[in-house]
Amino acid sequence: MNVDPLTLAVVRGALEQIAEEMDWTLKRTAFSPAISEGNDLANGIYHPNTGEIIAQGKWGLAIFIGVMQFTTEAVISDGSLRGIEEGDIYVVNDPYAGGTHLMDVGFVKPVFYQGELFAFLANRGHWPDIGGSVPGGFGTTATEMFQEGLRVPPVKLYRRGELNEDVLRIMLANVRVPDDRYGDLQAHLAAFSVGEERLCKLLNKYGRQTVNRCIEILKARSKQQMTSYLSGIADGSYEDTDYMDSDGVEDSPLKIALTMTIRGGRALLDFSQSSPPCRGPLNCVLSVTKSACYLAFKHIFPDIPVNSGCFEPLSFDVPQSTFLNATPPRPVAGCASEVSQRVADVVMGALGKAVPERASAGIFGTINNLSIGGSHPEGGPYVMFMFNGGGYGGHQSGDGLNYGSATISVARSQPVELYEKRYPVRIGRFAIRDGSGGAGKHRGGLGAEVDLEFLGGEGVVSILADRGKFAPRGVSGGSDGANCGVEFELNGQRYVPPHITKASNIRLKPGDSIRQFTPGGGGYGDPFERDEAMVLDDVRNEYISRESARKDYGVAIRPNGHEIDWKETARLRQVRGVQRVREPVQGHGCAPSERAGTDDLTR
Amino acid sequence: MRTSIRVGVDVGGTFTDLVTYDASTGHLQVAKVPSDPSDQSRGMMHGLDVMRTEMPSVDLVVHGTTIATNAVLERTGAACGLITTTGFRDVLDLRRRDRPDTYGLKGYFAPLVSRNCRVEVHERMDAAGNVLLDPCDQDVVAAARELQKRGVDVIIVSFLNSYVNPANEQKAKRILEDVWTNQYIVVASEILPEIREFERTSTAVINGYVMVLLDRYLQSMMNRLTERGYNRDVLLTQGNGGLMSQDTARRYPVNTVLSGPAAGVIAAQHIGTLVGEQNLITCDVGGTSLDIAVVEQGQSGTTRETSLEYGLPMRTTMLDIRSIAAGGGSIAWIDGGGILQIGPHSAGADPGPACYGKGGQDPTVTDANLVLGRIGLSNPIGRGESWSFDKERAEWVINDTIASPLDLSVIDAAWAILEVANQRIANSIRMLTVERGYDPRDFVLVAYGGAGPLHACSILNEIQTAKALIPPWPGVTSALGCIIADVRHDFIQMVDRRLDDIRILELYDVFEDHAEQGKRRIAHERVQVESIDFVYQADVSYDGQMYEVLVHLPVEPCTHDDIRRAFEQAYAMTYGHILNDRPIRVMTLRTAVIGVRPGIDLFGPTVTRSRTDKDALKEHRPVYFEQGFKECPVYDRDRLPPKSSLLGPAIVEQGDATTVIEPNMVAEVDVRGNLIIRHGH
Repeated sequence: MNVDPLTLAVVRGALEQIAEEMDWTLKRTAFSPAISEGNDLANGIYHPNTGEIIAQGKWGLAIFIGVMQFTTEAVISDGSLRGIEEGDIYVVNDPYAGGTHLMDVGFVKPVFYQGELFAFLANRGHWPDIGGSVPGGFGTTATEMFQEGLRVPPVKLYRRGELNEDVLRIMLANVRVPDDRYGDLQAHLAAFSVGEERLCKLLNKYGRQTVNRCIEILKARSKQQMTSYLSGIADGSYEDTDYMDSDGVEDSPLKIALTMTIRGGRALLDFSQSSPPCRGPLNCVLSVTKSACYLAFKHIFPDIPVNSGCFEPLSFDVPQSTFLNATPPRPVAGCASEVSQRVADVVMGALGKAVPERASAGIFGTINNLSIGGSHPEGGPYVMFMFNGGGYGGHQSGDGLNYGSATISVARSQPVELYEKRYPVRIGRFAIRDGSGGAGKHRGGLGAEVDLEFLGGEGVVSILADRGKFAPRGVSGGSDGANCGVEFELNGQRYVPPHITKASNIRLKPGDSIRQFTPGGGGYGDPFERDEAMVLDDVRNEYISRESARKDYGVAIRPNGHEIDWKETARLRQVRGVQRVREPVQGHGCAPSERAGTDDLTR
Repeated sequence: MRTSIRVGVDVGGTFTDLVTYDASTGHLQVAKVPSDPSDQSRGMMHGLDVMRTEMPSVDLVVHGTTIATNAVLERTGAACGLITTTGFRDVLDLRRRDRPDTYGLKGYFAPLVSRNCRVEVHERMDAAGNVLLDPCDQDVVAAARELQKRGVDVIIVSFLNSYVNPANEQKAKRILEDVWTNQYIVVASEILPEIREFERTSTAVINGYVMVLLDRYLQSMMNRLTERGYNRDVLLTQGNGGLMSQDTARRYPVNTVLSGPAAGVIAAQHIGTLVGEQNLITCDVGGTSLDIAVVEQGQSGTTRETSLEYGLPMRTTMLDIRSIAAGGGSIAWIDGGGILQIGPHSAGADPGPACYGKGGQDPTVTDANLVLGRIGLSNPIGRGESWSFDKERAEWVINDTIASPLDLSVIDAAWAILEVANQRIANSIRMLTVERGYDPRDFVLVAYGGAGPLHACSILNEIQTAKALIPPWPGVTSALGCIIADVRHDFIQMVDRRLDDIRILELYDVFEDHAEQGKRRIAHERVQVESIDFVYQADVSYDGQMYEVLVHLPVEPCTHDDIRRAFEQAYAMTYGHILNDRPIRVMTLRTAVIGVRPGIDLFGPTVTRSRTDKDALKEHRPVYFEQGFKECPVYDRDRLPPKSSLLGPAIVEQGDATTVIEPNMVAEVDVRGNLIIRHGH
């Protein structure tokens, strides 16, 4: 059956619009600030037999790009045993059933058209709490997922349109603020009502057959687009390796090693040389590992429309002997937020060697999760959840962005004034972190600095971050960005956690404080080739110091801080030029030399 | 001298539109002249010349200007300095951590105030409004000296938590007033007394950034008008659809941002009221963008969330107008997957669509309309009679870029471009109506802008409104809005408390205080108003949600139950459900104080009227519709008599727009000269 170009364009627009309207409804009606302020949500339409993605809303988090496909697959396999009927709605948060971390709660609804299953709608959103030992769920010391919160396998919350109150009661009995979570549940369902109604209208207008044919063609087109990009890359192997600081329990790095083999318009992503499963919560489930790869490809080739076709040319080798394909009951709280980013980093790193004009130097690469929970001085429980961005990498066409949201995310930061109003904290400083961007012809973007003081009541803090030991990497002669750092002041004593970026259940007293330093992005290209005027601007704006201008960029700025000493600059840059002829700069940012020994640590 | 003429002037990117209305005769005149981007008042003077307006007989000039919007978008505003709380000078740099696109990691952002012009002073307010530390003279003076040294003209003060208690900002302002050498001092809590430090600072900075340019512009414009014998005030249009005096505009120039589309909605609303229609969907299709708004019960909604571009949010009260990049100049292209796409890129005014023959290489929606015969060859908007479109060129680029790759004929490709563009427009309208619980069948579509009337019938078909209305001068609607609009001032106050914990009279104290402020401002502006109206509204949510819905409250104090019921009704309408037993929270109170201006009763063109529609018939030409080309009558709108009725297919041409009437639709001319289109039987 042929579909004319006009119908194809219209149906495609309609499918994307349906997913977008579902996003809008979930975002506006949710109680979880992560969902409504942070866009920590996703909505989409999925294939009735395979669960493959047909369309997904554009407001959701990038890491959810492929995840719900795996969630829907899990529901389909449950349905094959117990049947799927009109009016059913599934709920599931099991990381091992196409999930992420337990806090991301997913819903799946079959849509029947004229009595026949047409597609699944699915959505998910981050609930601020799903029970477990740590308020907010980001514990760093769990050794089994059972400590991390309530685990819900794919079960029917609604059966033929009837609410299964028993399931609901079990869920609400396991969370800290059940009223709000009930409100969230209504928000997820409201999005389904919108999606179902609009999808049926589309089918009324064009007919099941035409819409199905459009879906097939759209999938084929996306596949063709990805294939043509990959065909443009020279066949061969492209490698990259990077590390996580630790798993939160054992203080040794975890290695992520990727060999990407491009052949004939396909890519094989081989992670088999990565570290084995770990004891702490930095294990990654396969659905997250794959989605992290998908989103990395999307960042490099952003114009390909999202459906299952665009990822068909990718295949994977992620054995269960690695921490990137963990099995129950390994704990996974850091998988969606932290490990996923490093997986994306190495995929973009390897692609950067193949298509350098599309890639950038290293990106800050951590969510910097900070949660404080306890009882408020004015009464009642609270869970405060804050996370912070960092610098993006410099790239061929310009500097990295200052303080952006993570590659896997589009979550917006919450205002300082809201934190101070709602929680017993005062934020003394929220600023650009001077000098944190990697030097380069195109400088890395800068990270941030946050000082937070605890004012009263009870408070227990947990931090789950990364990049404390392994910096965002510079590329093509650019320098690395600054590492992540965390400092506490407890009882007037400075305290740095042994794992640097991970700490759980630290009890706070009034007057105690926490300082976070988020990483900057890596630099791109030789900093000695950076335009002198831009270096001067950076000094004027205190993004870099005068000393750094001289040492890292070979630009001498007069003591008044407003003028370039051209003569001295010429001398500095010439001396460096002579040195470079003798000892050429390394090419792409492979693991810097000081990191050479780390392989042994992971074993 | 008798002064009875009102002049409305709206400056757009390509054209300056003027409307004059003589209250004593009811005579209305319109003109469209090219804009002069280097000095917007030149286009204004040119237009006044064209219309031979006697300035001494003018009662009032109302002006819509894009000076402020352009200054931000083109980064030509003043050198600004920002004074913040210690630890927070980077609030602009840090934004809300967003990036321009979900996918792709190459964002670029430069704040309106560079970091070396942002200075911190020691001061601190806590979240409850207690002064922990007040700013000392010495610090503030030192900050001002520092900024002066860096060549700053405008100083903006924005302290943390100033929304709850502005005392520290006020103290800093008093200190600055003694040392700062000009009047350009902006205090954030005076511009926006609302939580969220980034948005508040950003709004205040935009206000400061455009202040000097607007001030100078108003001065030079006034000089030109004075030379011509005009000695009254000029009012300016605001994004909220209301007018303000020059003095107010000089203090709150941010309120002029995006005022053009708002004035258009006001005009559409007025025309709707005159024909007895209270529920409208307004649809302004221009060269690069489409602006949509919903008018319900004669009132258009307002919004407080706008972003001028990436990283530049502003929170002022504006009419809720959704703007999408789809207009006559939108470019058609084929994406990597071989699928036809329209926009968001536009050919703009220069080079413009391919058929302008000014070097445009890309096919646009206008080119498609031309190829399909929907636009006449010799009816270009705002151009001389001798000018004519290059149809061959349009066919050539459509063939080359769209038809050949998709294996379609040129005509089929042009049709596909038009249909996909219409779908985009319809989808956007659906998002604002159906998705908010409105049934389009209860609404009238008002289509205007240069390209609106071309697409009105397709939109009518797609979203099934009751009918479509094409105003008499669809191309100058914003200028018309200038002479119709009322004076309006908006006030907000954060509350952020559970409804159960509030005494109703506390709420009404706030409303009444706002009302007093508004009345004083209007009195101070010395604009003639017939009466003053008040609109009381509140942003309300379920306790714990982050997004509120807007709830209308009566002017007389009501009960808790009334507020809850009004909220539940609004919530259910938007989202389709309510949550029982959940407490609700009142977030913000909003008051609009409206100085109602003397009314205008608009009648259509007073140019020569024919006796029958036959006299208005210009020609027949082939025009493409879904069923293929049809020989189609073309009418001259200016000559169509009232009450005449045209059965589609038909084309109606006028100086500033072309209306397409699809087969099986009927268009009637009402007594005011509006075209009312509905499905025939």
